[in-house]
Amino acid sequence: MSMDAAKEQQLKTIAKQMRIDIVKMLHNVKTGHPGGSLSAVEILTVLYHNQMNVNCKDACNCSRDRFIASKGHCAPVLYTTLADKGYFPKAELKNLRQLGCMLQGHPDMKRIPGVDISTGSLGLGLSVGVGMSLAGRLDKQDFYTYVLLGDGELQEGQNWEAVMAAAKFKLDHIIAIVDNNGVQLDGTLEDIMPMGDIGQKFAAFGWKVLTADGHDVRSIDAAIDQAKTVCGSPVVIIAKTVKGKGVSFMEGKNTWHGKAIEDKDFAIAMAELGGNNE
Amino acid sequence: MKAMREAYGEALVELGRSNPNVVVLDADVASSSRSILFKQAFPDRFFNIGIAEGNMVGIASGLATAGKIPFVNTFAFLLALRAADSVRSLVAYNHLNVKLAGAYGGFSDSYDGASHQSVEDVSIMRTLPNMTVIVVADEFQAKQAVFAAAALEGPVYLRLSRAEVAPIYTENSKFEIGKGIVLQEGTDVTIVANGYMVTKAIEAAEILAKEGIKAEIVDMHTVKPIDAALLLASGRKTGAVVSVEEHSIYGGLGSAVAEVLAGELPLPLEILGIKDVFGESGAYEAILSKHGLDKVAVAAAARKAISRKK
Repeated sequence: MSMDAAKEQQLKTIAKQMRIDIVKMLHNVKTGHPGGSLSAVEILTVLYHNQMNVNCKDACNCSRDRFIASKGHCAPVLYTTLADKGYFPKAELKNLRQLGCMLQGHPDMKRIPGVDISTGSLGLGLSVGVGMSLAGRLDKQDFYTYVLLGDGELQEGQNWEAVMAAAKFKLDHIIAIVDNNGVQLDGTLEDIMPMGDIGQKFAAFGWKVLTADGHDVRSIDAAIDQAKTVCGSPVVIIAKTVKGKGVSFMEGKNTWHGKAIEDKDFAIAMAELGGNNE
Repeated sequence: MKAMREAYGEALVELGRSNPNVVVLDADVASSSRSILFKQAFPDRFFNIGIAEGNMVGIASGLATAGKIPFVNTFAFLLALRAADSVRSLVAYNHLNVKLAGAYGGFSDSYDGASHQSVEDVSIMRTLPNMTVIVVADEFQAKQAVFAAAALEGPVYLRLSRAEVAPIYTENSKFEIGKGIVLQEGTDVTIVANGYMVTKAIEAAEILAKEGIKAEIVDMHTVKPIDAALLLASGRKTGAVVSVEEHSIYGGLGSAVAEVLAGELPLPLEILGIKDVFGESGAYEAILSKHGLDKVAVAAAARKAISRKK
């Protein structure tokens, strides 16, 4: 089922506002990771607003779809999404990373409704996704488990252990999405540790590999629709993205992986994103 | 006499019969850990993850978020070290209902040598918030610990042993997590031990008895949370303490005992354990003796602790 124009426009509007919310939130507390959040905006928008079966009023329902932010430093995009979906009041976003707050620096399942597993230490999320998917099979549930992976994160070896396991168990209700922005903390993947053809690596382990334009909601949505038709093997969607997408001076820059947004940068960012300076 | 691991595997099967949420994972050592018994009984609820311990603990974490009670099996050092980040960041931090069973604790895999022995696992597990740490003494306690761990909501580390040792308990012995067991009452010195070292403590007490020394023996199977009340009560009575563990003297039972005594009852304390060295290949009892973990060494430590009383 292809997305209609009205839906596409609605998702684009949500994504636009989410970028504004992310930059405002990070500027407000002068700490947090903008780059890898802005690259994943459309991915989370499509998942939470058009694909996933989740409901904030029944956040622990055992048949709900699961989402794992394996690249846990994208907490800001997850938090704005969950607030948007009603899991907690948007006012919480102002307390990000502050002592005693709900919204920890990285996603925390014990504190934040809607977070299915705590993440932050890279390379663990896909293993958890395999476990969730196995549980779904045991319980005869047909929920999907979505795992958002960073491309730099794939340098952690445990990912590939989990890749093997998902293929062995023929898990066709786990969908990994690689936020393929090509940049990690210290520089580009090419400079720091080249990952070569990520899709071929997954394919060699027995995964079905799809690609998408990670900033085109229609492209992401179509890839997920297609992923759900696959039987007998796990699916990865390699979503081509731009780190810091939407803010010109952040785009493609490793220096904006985890840098505080100062006032002068904030003003420029808001002008570009079409937000106000509040 | 039955090997502890055999009793452990049988206990998993029995537990699996009464609780459909119990699932078992292994990392290609199911024949050694004896989790293979569960596989034979419940093939659908058994997952062999291959030689990938961190991944195994991560998968167990995912299963636990959906209400399963995973028992995770591999050698003790692999759980404590290779899988450490999954254990810390997923199981412990999230207080997940995952049970980690470390086979081959201490020197018990004696002939395989230092690479397969585990002298540091208790220390590592004990330092993780939310983690309960149990060191199992014999086949009967293994079974009881399996059921007790399953009944406790949250992360548990069970340290098991490969050694075939004579049991000290029976099927009817009582076991409660966090409650030490007084095996023999005494008035002159408290010997706190766990795992196979409980047997050494009992043997040492027999030597001491011939000298007129009455030793109180405590099986402190739960290292965390340690039974501070029992330890303090016994210490007040005897005035001297010896701890004995098949583990590094850093961070394990001896450290836990010292932490309790230092705060409330600074008594003479002799800490017996592995003195900051790795193991080696050899016959089990010979390695233990070489490292001062036999009845003679325990008895000597008891005399020394008593001599230090003011």
